Amino acid sequence: MTTATQTCPECDGALTIDDSVRMSEVLECPGCRSELEVVATAPLLLALAPEVEEDWGE
Amino acid sequence: MTLGKPSTAPRTALLASRIRFEEKRILEALERRGVPCTHIDTRTVRHHMEGPPPAWDLVLNREISATKALYAALTFEASGVTVVNSSAAIETCGDKWRTSLALHRAGIPTPRASLALTTEAAQQTAEEIGYPVVIKPLVGSWGRRVALLPDAEATRTVLEHCDAIPSPQAQIIYLQRYVDKPGRDIRVIVVGGVPIGAVYRMSDEWRTNVARGSRTEPCALTDDIAGLAVAAAAQTGAEIAGVDLAEDVDGALYVLEVNHGVEFKGFQEALEGRVDVAEEIADRLVTEVWK
Repeated sequence: MTTATQTCPECDGALTIDDSVRMSEVLECPGCRSELEVVATAPLLLALAPEVEEDWGE
Repeated sequence: MTLGKPSTAPRTALLASRIRFEEKRILEALERRGVPCTHIDTRTVRHHMEGPPPAWDLVLNREISATKALYAALTFEASGVTVVNSSAAIETCGDKWRTSLALHRAGIPTPRASLALTTEAAQQTAEEIGYPVVIKPLVGSWGRRVALLPDAEATRTVLEHCDAIPSPQAQIIYLQRYVDKPGRDIRVIVVGGVPIGAVYRMSDEWRTNVARGSRTEPCALTDDIAGLAVAAAAQTGAEIAGVDLAEDVDGALYVLEVNHGVEFKGFQEALEGRVDVAEEIADRLVTEVWK
């Protein structure tokens, strides 16, 4: 498994991401705890994930 | 649920706007079985009534928004696609009053629940139930806006807040008798009518949702717990269900709710090495739904 380093779009901290990552996957920045969404995989691109909405959940 | 045997390999998709721990594990489990599964991003779904049917035979509905999950299921089902969980299951599980009615109708023990169609009527209803009483939004998850009301004054205040919410549904008040549970409740996951495991959800606060930080620990899947969970899932029509139960101080079991979009990260962590939820879901889709 290979890994890549990305920059958090919120805090500029570093994230290590492995190659199993998928489109729309939600990751948490270990620095600022922001939820990030994978919006592209080639090349890898992260954006802030959408805010939680009222009807989200189980 | 049984589909007619397809002449070609079924076309399957997983519907989700977010790929979380759960969706990733399910996709990986299907890939290990050689089952091609396309991820449909819910945010891209659109459908013309007179247009071509969707390109899927089966959609595993993992959308995190209950509203979008319901309307996506209705849309796919109208075109002959099998959706797991179905729109009917989402409608029942996604509404606490409909769930209570379904459980009560089947004689499944569940905390006494009441509905009031105005906040004024709710105040009187709370008095009739007796304090403390639990108020829950009809639709919602993760314990959001669920409150334990100790007395009439607190109830009046919370109902004033409900009145201020600009949604007709917010003024329909669901109240439930408080179950004095020993700091924990029980989550059972049922897949295709089979209970695959149980965990305790422990919390220092009275709400025991994992999303609120509860800890999960293994729970013995007794016949009583398994039987109630399977019956509750069946009553709501959920093929894949997260059934929450509470035991009161006397040990009596109650079904609290049935979740149609079950999250299982905490469950999986507690039962790692014993149960693999994603594998169970993949097996169900492959060997049962398509047989």
